[in-house]
Amino acid sequence: MAAAGQPAAPVHDAATGGLAAGGIPPATPADPSAPVSGSPLSGPSMSGPNAWRRFVRRHPLAGLILQRLGLSVALLFAVSVMIFGGIEALPGDFATTYLGQSATPQAVANIRADLGLDRPVTTRYFEWLGGALQGDFGTSWASRNSVSEQIGKRLGNSLFLAFFAALVSIPLAVGLGMLAVQYRNRLPDKIINIVSLAAISLPEFFVGYLLIMVFAVQYGVATFPATVYDGMGFLDRLSAIALPVATLVLVVLAHMMRMTRAAILNVMSSAYVETAELKGLSAFRIIARHAAPNAVAPVVNVIALNLAYLVVGVVVVEVVFVYPGMGQYMVDAVTVRDMPVVQACGLIFAAFYIFLNMAADIIAILANPRLRHPR
Amino acid sequence: MPELLSVNGLRIEATSYAPGEAPKTVTLVDGVSFSVEKGKVLGLIGESGAGKSTIGLSALAYGRGGARITGGEVKLNGTDILALGRAGIRGLRGSKVCYVAQSAAAAFNPAHRLGEQVIEASLRHGIMSRAEAEKRALHLFTILGLPNPETFGKRFPHQVSGGQLQRAMTAMALCPNPELIVFDEPTTALDVTTQIDVLAAIKHAIEETHTAALYITHDLAVVAQIADDIMVLRHGKTVEYGSTRQIIEAPREDYTRALVSVRQTARPEAVDQSSPVLTIDHVSASYGNGFKVLHDISLTLPKGQTLAIVGESGSGKSTLARVITGLLPPTEGRIRFDGAELPRTLKGRSKEQLRRIQMIYQMADTAMNPRQTVREIIGRPISFYEGIHGAKKTERVRQLLDQIEMGDRFLDRYPAELSGGQKQRVAIARALAARPELILCDEPTSALDPLVAEGILKLLLKLQEDTHVSYVFITHDIAIVRAIADSVAVMHRGRLVRFGPKSTALSPPFDDYTDLLLKSVPEMEIGWLEKVLATRRMESAGN
Repeated sequence: MAAAGQPAAPVHDAATGGLAAGGIPPATPADPSAPVSGSPLSGPSMSGPNAWRRFVRRHPLAGLILQRLGLSVALLFAVSVMIFGGIEALPGDFATTYLGQSATPQAVANIRADLGLDRPVTTRYFEWLGGALQGDFGTSWASRNSVSEQIGKRLGNSLFLAFFAALVSIPLAVGLGMLAVQYRNRLPDKIINIVSLAAISLPEFFVGYLLIMVFAVQYGVATFPATVYDGMGFLDRLSAIALPVATLVLVVLAHMMRMTRAAILNVMSSAYVETAELKGLSAFRIIARHAAPNAVAPVVNVIALNLAYLVVGVVVVEVVFVYPGMGQYMVDAVTVRDMPVVQACGLIFAAFYIFLNMAADIIAILANPRLRHPR
Repeated sequence: MPELLSVNGLRIEATSYAPGEAPKTVTLVDGVSFSVEKGKVLGLIGESGAGKSTIGLSALAYGRGGARITGGEVKLNGTDILALGRAGIRGLRGSKVCYVAQSAAAAFNPAHRLGEQVIEASLRHGIMSRAEAEKRALHLFTILGLPNPETFGKRFPHQVSGGQLQRAMTAMALCPNPELIVFDEPTTALDVTTQIDVLAAIKHAIEETHTAALYITHDLAVVAQIADDIMVLRHGKTVEYGSTRQIIEAPREDYTRALVSVRQTARPEAVDQSSPVLTIDHVSASYGNGFKVLHDISLTLPKGQTLAIVGESGSGKSTLARVITGLLPPTEGRIRFDGAELPRTLKGRSKEQLRRIQMIYQMADTAMNPRQTVREIIGRPISFYEGIHGAKKTERVRQLLDQIEMGDRFLDRYPAELSGGQKQRVAIARALAARPELILCDEPTSALDPLVAEGILKLLLKLQEDTHVSYVFITHDIAIVRAIADSVAVMHRGRLVRFGPKSTALSPPFDDYTDLLLKSVPEMEIGWLEKVLATRRMESAGN
């Protein structure tokens, strides 16, 4: 989990740095040319820094986006090295864990040879990477099943859960944030703030058990456990995930709502909002048309972080609700040192983090009129 | 003529929350009365804090930053607008009364096209259809002299210049056909050569549309060109109220007289051209992306004298200061200081070389750490350059405070507790604390009110007499050049267009740019604008 969580930071920093520099269009396209021209995405068609520079000058927006894509790919490779290296550095291995007390040096060596662990680390890395690029994550050491197949199912479940949590929480958070701005420092704002703060302050497993106790045990209106299986109907699935979705919504809602509120309030104190007010526009139009478009960048970043959390960080919720998602799969694999599974999960989590942050960056770039319509 | 706007006994208060003190109510405007007839322009003039913007916004029943109208009445066409409800006030704003802000760059929404913003109020109030509004916007863009009026509205705010934005803002205010427009320092943020065009465009548009206006400014010479009547304000109270002619030509109050005569100081130039302290030799500089900002600049400054560098924003004058300090290494050329060549970069210079050149910035606010007291701010260079600490340092700080005419009681104040002029004085003391031989002053007075600025200039001149320090004084204001300079350098688009002793640099024959610059400086004279425009027309007709 930690390996997946860390890469988000550099992407995020790169985003804000790029946007700040974006204020001066001629400066931005000139900067990125150096690091990106070497990245895999620059491709043969624009080989040489001059061709790239010319391309960037003509299409600054496309240049920025290509740069983000290139950075993301480079970052993903760096993460794959970190995951592989990190697992390599872990004490103990699968053979000793598998054999337990009965481990003899000969048996351990046999299993290691069987799994190919006696070969040099670089060979194994490139083999693994080559497979991963084609979607083949190898075979699980513990179950002897194809990792890709297992992950396919688990990832589907996790995304199903995350998708519905996002579907509820994002519009709700943005809407509540706007509502809080409209009634700022009055009763509705205070209620929204206190309730969301309370929700974020409670640990998610506590919220989960609380919901189970109330809705599943006392009133019996919700399904528990939230286990889903192959061949389950869509509506049954929906009713199964109702409680985990509610838990996740409560956990991520406050963060996004407060960020929306802060971003819009920040924009509300600007001179152009005063202009809108002095035009005699309605409060709703001021917020929706004059404030919101300029608050997109910070809000999108927070939404991306929370989406990433919904995919990557839901282990606790999955365990509480006995939901067969990626998080639980990875935790199980870690306990038995089933490295192919751990590596695959780590890489996929990292890919989600990087992809979502990159998407947020690109949306923020697109939302900036200075970059969309250069002088 | 019927009165369009009549304000009686206006009183505006705000609650201030000073740190560490109980909230207290301050009176921003007290007992102000005036009236504006249809199609007439009233100028509101005063220093910052005089309450002029607050009064202007009261015509839209708007209080900025928690200001509340607590007394008096504001009548528009006989109706007290303060008694209207929220819906009534909203119906008034943007349809009957419109507002033009000081900084159009900030007042336009960066996310929407200019045309949409210009016609928005007209559409929202149901004053005209989209087609009519677009037609009117085109007409206004044309009479305001905007380039390519047909396509201008398709552009985003960041795609046009500051002067064009200010004119677009005027178009936005005129579009719904309002009865009254409040202009809040519409040309203050512009260069003089741009200001004159915007001023002419505003005047033309007001005459064309018969709209009445409140014109707020701190520049009496500007308001004299455009207003029928003038009201002079100070500390929220009326000082003098009369016709423009009476205020300019026969002011009754001392304060008005001071405002009228503020720009008329001048001093003779020093003649001694030997022993230069600073020599700039064929210097060019560019920013990281290869964009060249300075082209082959050569200047000299004799010891104990003042060199004024004049130019508009973007002319490279501040960049030249950065090159002298070493913040931006020159790409070509050399800088000699007191006979020895200065290393190009800040890193290459010794502490002693750094000490001898100090700097004063335009915004004293942002140039000082808000969490340090005056004692710490001024004391820092003393201990940094000379290693003096404790009682001896405090003694030096006291002396410096004395030199800037402020005194001991300011020792433990924070910048936020000082006025604009006091902050700039502290910044001067901080520069002096290093005992420099050269001080680079980057527009140190342009953010200050005229009378305060005059005090700062006098202080700088006095300090030069006492300490024989040399100044490089960067400014866009010709009046300041006349007041303090010995020699003058005029910069335009990164090039030096004129350099010499003040008397020759500011007398004919002129090059084209210096001529334009000098002619664009508003003079305290009614009809000056028309005269300049007429000359221009004749010149262009002659060509």
